[in-house]
Amino acid sequence: MKISLLDYGAGNLPSVERAFQRLGVESERISTSDGVAKASALVLPGVGHYGALIRALDRDGLRESLTGAIERGVPFLGICLGLQALFQKSDEATDLKGLEILPGSVRVMSGAVKLPHMGWDQVQSKVGSRLLEGIDTAAYFYFAHSFAVPYRGDDPPLETRATCSYGGEFVAVAEKENISAVQFHPEKSGDAGQRVLENFLRIAA
Amino acid sequence: MSLAHRIIPCLDTDGERVVKGVNFVALRDAGDPVALARRYNAEGADELVVLDIAASRDRRPTFLETIRKVAAELAIPLTAGGGIRALDDARAVVRAGADKVTVNTAAVLRPGLISELSEEFGSQAVVLAIDAKQDGDCWRVMTTGGRVSTDLEAVSWATRGAELGAGEILLTSVDRDGTQSGFDVALTAAISKQVMVPVIASGGARWPQHFAEIFREGAADAALAASIFHDGIQSIRSLKEFLASQKIQVRLPC
Repeated sequence: MKISLLDYGAGNLPSVERAFQRLGVESERISTSDGVAKASALVLPGVGHYGALIRALDRDGLRESLTGAIERGVPFLGICLGLQALFQKSDEATDLKGLEILPGSVRVMSGAVKLPHMGWDQVQSKVGSRLLEGIDTAAYFYFAHSFAVPYRGDDPPLETRATCSYGGEFVAVAEKENISAVQFHPEKSGDAGQRVLENFLRIAA
Repeated sequence: MSLAHRIIPCLDTDGERVVKGVNFVALRDAGDPVALARRYNAEGADELVVLDIAASRDRRPTFLETIRKVAAELAIPLTAGGGIRALDDARAVVRAGADKVTVNTAAVLRPGLISELSEEFGSQAVVLAIDAKQDGDCWRVMTTGGRVSTDLEAVSWATRGAELGAGEILLTSVDRDGTQSGFDVALTAAISKQVMVPVIASGGARWPQHFAEIFREGAADAALAASIFHDGIQSIRSLKEFLASQKIQVRLPC
């Protein structure tokens, strides 16, 4: 299996690429809608500004091909901004529309805590997660973000597989059918992060 | 459950070797950056910082090749800096594999650089490095590797830096650096309690107790050290076990 990494200039793309290399998996960078259409497994990395990601997807005409591939059932992994992009919209760029694949919006995190939420944090499992399978519940993952999707109990009901609490509870892992997404950076999260990527490969296989 | 306190080894590089000075001078060789990076990644370091400390002195370009090689060894975040003067310098460092970029002297000379970097990479990727030296009852911001005094006071500079878009402050006590007499608790607490971004304390670490102290009393979010790790005086794993035994939240490697 070959993993297609969506290349729109995201800062963490090389790290994600190296992480898959360490797992002995072939990956390619794609940046056209043709590339997206042909992909058998898609990864949307991202770090930085939500607006930069959405604008890049629209600039390169990738929005339709990406949502199309996800709707066709192509295994998809969104990382950090790649998770946020799946939702309706974000406080970080209120004039832009998200990919609108999952319900809910990305909000600025509480000002009562230091932002960015930067460093290693634990997650709380909600519903059985495929991405977190075999990973110690006390494991830490690396986060670096100031915006997040607030967790609202049962709404949305099943997509949220794990949350993290930092000035409020937010979505850390979301899964729905062929869609997997994490707010943390598995490519920077040591052994635990490597397990998350391995689990995605297993799901995608 | 909350955020773990981070332990960050720092590689001060001069060319392709890691060096370490006492009070920013008297440099000596401390090893191969790639071998050290591999070791720290395996030992449970939470992050790694690589600084080109020769850059502001000799105007040498940042050592991208070292960053590239180090990044290849890591499954943890990498911060790089030293001699970042413009957006292009930062782009090169990020392209070489750094997740975050530190700015110091150039940001003092032109604070707008912080905003430019933050707009391009996001504030989580911009670390404002501040070298502070006690001056009466306040702390003076120093530049050019801790050798040149400025008009800036450290607490207000840190506050301004965060407003301009820095996502983190890397705070080094010039007085303590290399002395192994403990972190500057008063300096770190003054800044950490004032600024609403994470603060990495640096300079003066020797004993595990110094780390416990800087997390508890200095309110540091992370602590950085160099020679005690390079020289094998302190292993990261046993340091973290000590901190955990002191009920300080850390990420213990599996």
